[in-house]
Amino acid sequence: MSLDLPLIWATILAIAVLMYVMLDGFDLGIGILFPFAAPAERDVMMETVAPIWDGNETWLVLGGGGLFAAFPRAYAVLMPGLYIPILLMLMALIFRGVAFEFRLSGRRRGKRFWTAAFAGGSITATIAQGLVLGGFVQGLILKGGQFAGGPFDWLTGYSLLTAAGLMAGYALLGATWLVWRTQGELHDKAARAAAIAVAAVAVMLAIVSGATLLVHPLVAARWGFQHGTFDLVRLARLLPIPMLGAVGLAVIALALRRRSQVLPFLGTLLVFLSGYLGLAASFFPYVAPYQMTYRQAANPDNTLALLLGGAAILLPAILGYSLWVYWIFRGKVGADAAAYH
Amino acid sequence: MHFDALLLSRLQFGFTIAFHIIFPSFTIGLASYLAVLEGLWLTTKNAVFRDLYLFWIKIFAISFGMGVVSGVVLSYEIGANWSVYSTVASPVIGPLFAFEVLAAFFMEASFLGVMLFGWRKVGPRLHLLATALVAVGTLVSAFWIISANSWMQHPTGFTRLADGSLRAVDWMAVIFSPSFPYRFVHMVLAAYLTTSLVVGAASAWRLLRDPEEDESCVALKMAIGMFAIAAPLQLVAGDLSGKQVEQLQPAKLAAIEAFWETRTEQPFHVVAIPDRTQATNHFVVSIPKLGSWITAGRTDAEVKGLKDFAPEDRPPVWLVFWAFRVMVGLGLAMIGLGLWGGYLCWRSEPAHARWFLRAMVAMGPAGFVAVVAGWIVAEVGRQPYVIYGVLRTADAVSPVGAGVVSASLLGFMVIYAIIFSVGALYILRLIGRGPSHVEPEAPRRGRPPGYALAAAPDESEAAAP
Repeated sequence: MSLDLPLIWATILAIAVLMYVMLDGFDLGIGILFPFAAPAERDVMMETVAPIWDGNETWLVLGGGGLFAAFPRAYAVLMPGLYIPILLMLMALIFRGVAFEFRLSGRRRGKRFWTAAFAGGSITATIAQGLVLGGFVQGLILKGGQFAGGPFDWLTGYSLLTAAGLMAGYALLGATWLVWRTQGELHDKAARAAAIAVAAVAVMLAIVSGATLLVHPLVAARWGFQHGTFDLVRLARLLPIPMLGAVGLAVIALALRRRSQVLPFLGTLLVFLSGYLGLAASFFPYVAPYQMTYRQAANPDNTLALLLGGAAILLPAILGYSLWVYWIFRGKVGADAAAYH
Repeated sequence: MHFDALLLSRLQFGFTIAFHIIFPSFTIGLASYLAVLEGLWLTTKNAVFRDLYLFWIKIFAISFGMGVVSGVVLSYEIGANWSVYSTVASPVIGPLFAFEVLAAFFMEASFLGVMLFGWRKVGPRLHLLATALVAVGTLVSAFWIISANSWMQHPTGFTRLADGSLRAVDWMAVIFSPSFPYRFVHMVLAAYLTTSLVVGAASAWRLLRDPEEDESCVALKMAIGMFAIAAPLQLVAGDLSGKQVEQLQPAKLAAIEAFWETRTEQPFHVVAIPDRTQATNHFVVSIPKLGSWITAGRTDAEVKGLKDFAPEDRPPVWLVFWAFRVMVGLGLAMIGLGLWGGYLCWRSEPAHARWFLRAMVAMGPAGFVAVVAGWIVAEVGRQPYVIYGVLRTADAVSPVGAGVVSASLLGFMVIYAIIFSVGALYILRLIGRGPSHVEPEAPRRGRPPGYALAAAPDESEAAAP
């Protein structure tokens, strides 16, 4: 047996984080769009995600728990290094998470408050995740395997850009999800929001991609820019990744024009996949850029092997029943959806 | 500076985890109770069980939501505040945490959606299965987290390499640390007790208003049945667990009982003010010889005192001593309430015994208090170690400044105060209304499975592709 366990686990965790971004992305996006919706529409918007948001957010727990279990040295530098945005994200997620139940239990004032909490929590969590992403990609200062930077190192122009980009991205996910899962006036409104969001995403994607080339020479080299020279072959090898994003954007734009229901959402997933792969290609194999690789951060093989044994049984089961739950709650949500309330 | 960050990190972790434990200790039991109610309803077709199910599922949804969000915090906070602990512990117990996520959290979260919103989407049996899987998920979650915690109390199955890092050598020994079975049983019983006391208190509250409310009568008897059995069992489980602490963590045991000297025929201190600086107790009320008998099973057994340990290896005594007495005192009160309730069920009708109902209401929060007190005993009693004998808490902390940690601690305190009071308000409001008034507007807003049209398609489904 000579499985490359650290590589397998890096792949599994990368997929888990991508799952999180795509899945919780659309329910966070619904929170971002909340301020633009009428009160009755908000109830429907929430009903489209109420049965599944908890499962979506569990991918975030797997991201944290998996990083702890498989790459503890990275976990131990990333969390302290990104302390403020991480804790901000957690606090924001608390607010929006309880809002799902509290909104339904509250009377007039309570409902208003928890509506605002859902929107504010979703927006804050998205910004915080964008800051985490930016702080991560631009790299952390380590000394002797420990975080050795300052508490505000993550706060740069670049991380503000990634935060803005993620806002646009999640808003697009949320809007296209609503295009798929709602009907009538709300559906049309969501389509208009998606049209605005897709333009914003296209702009932000271009800006953030350009800015990412500037954060570290290693990233620039990956994409062919090194010591003032330009290596076309290198760039060509990675070119399919941005192409995928361009295809995704085109799919969304065309599908919105043709009033397609599900295609705009699928196109958005393509755009996210492209952005994600683009970033991964930029800093791989670092798991704490640009100091600690996933191999240096990994647990010993016997730990990773046990983990893999468990995951090999449990992950397919999770994917299976998650799909089943999505299947059960398929279809458009009307003004009168079934709940226990 | 460093000490401040350490103290603040400990306060923050203690606060966030104590807040979190409140919800699982209630929802573990409530999930099982809901599965029983739904099963009873499907087999007997008795509407009382349906109404109780529909009533408690709302309270479950609120509590579970608060448990989820306060739990997500912990999976990141460990790294944010305890980075050295993370690096040291992960090679051995990292998989245990990961298995909790993979085996339990996903199952709970996914089937919770079906349980809460799947009324008309799945058949009654599949719905019962979803409820049962959520209940199983809560127990699986408890299994892995208690397993990890038990290893921290008494680490086994690992070796220390030359560079100081840990490596697992026997996974079964890691997962099933000797104290794990007792502690797991102890925790699950605690959860069932907590839930049955809340269910009993909510029913008693309603019965004090309306002694004829069928649902509350049934729920009260079910609750009495549960805690009348579970409370005495808990005494046994707790005692076995305690006797093991005497073997595995003698310093913790000495702190629990405020023993300073090592001797035979230790007295049992009912009341004392332990004094760490003078290494003695003040204002002692004690029963001779009973201490040795309780902790080791024989009055002539020699039981270690705290003076056997260097001052820097002693856990805080006052807190552990009193937390233990609060827990045991409440446990004994639960046994008493169980005997009283059992007697009433046998001879007459507990729903009409107003003094019993009042006592039941008063005991409603007892489970939560006992659980938090029990966790203080377990966790503070393990100090000054975070992994007993392996890693000191003071060495486990992240290189994060005190200012940042105090800001996040303050943030958590404000947020948790808000969501706790609002959540409690909503739950108490529901309890005040009671199970016989399940959502008068329910047929308009949705049709739970009990309604005649439960299986009928509706517009939204008809319109679905």
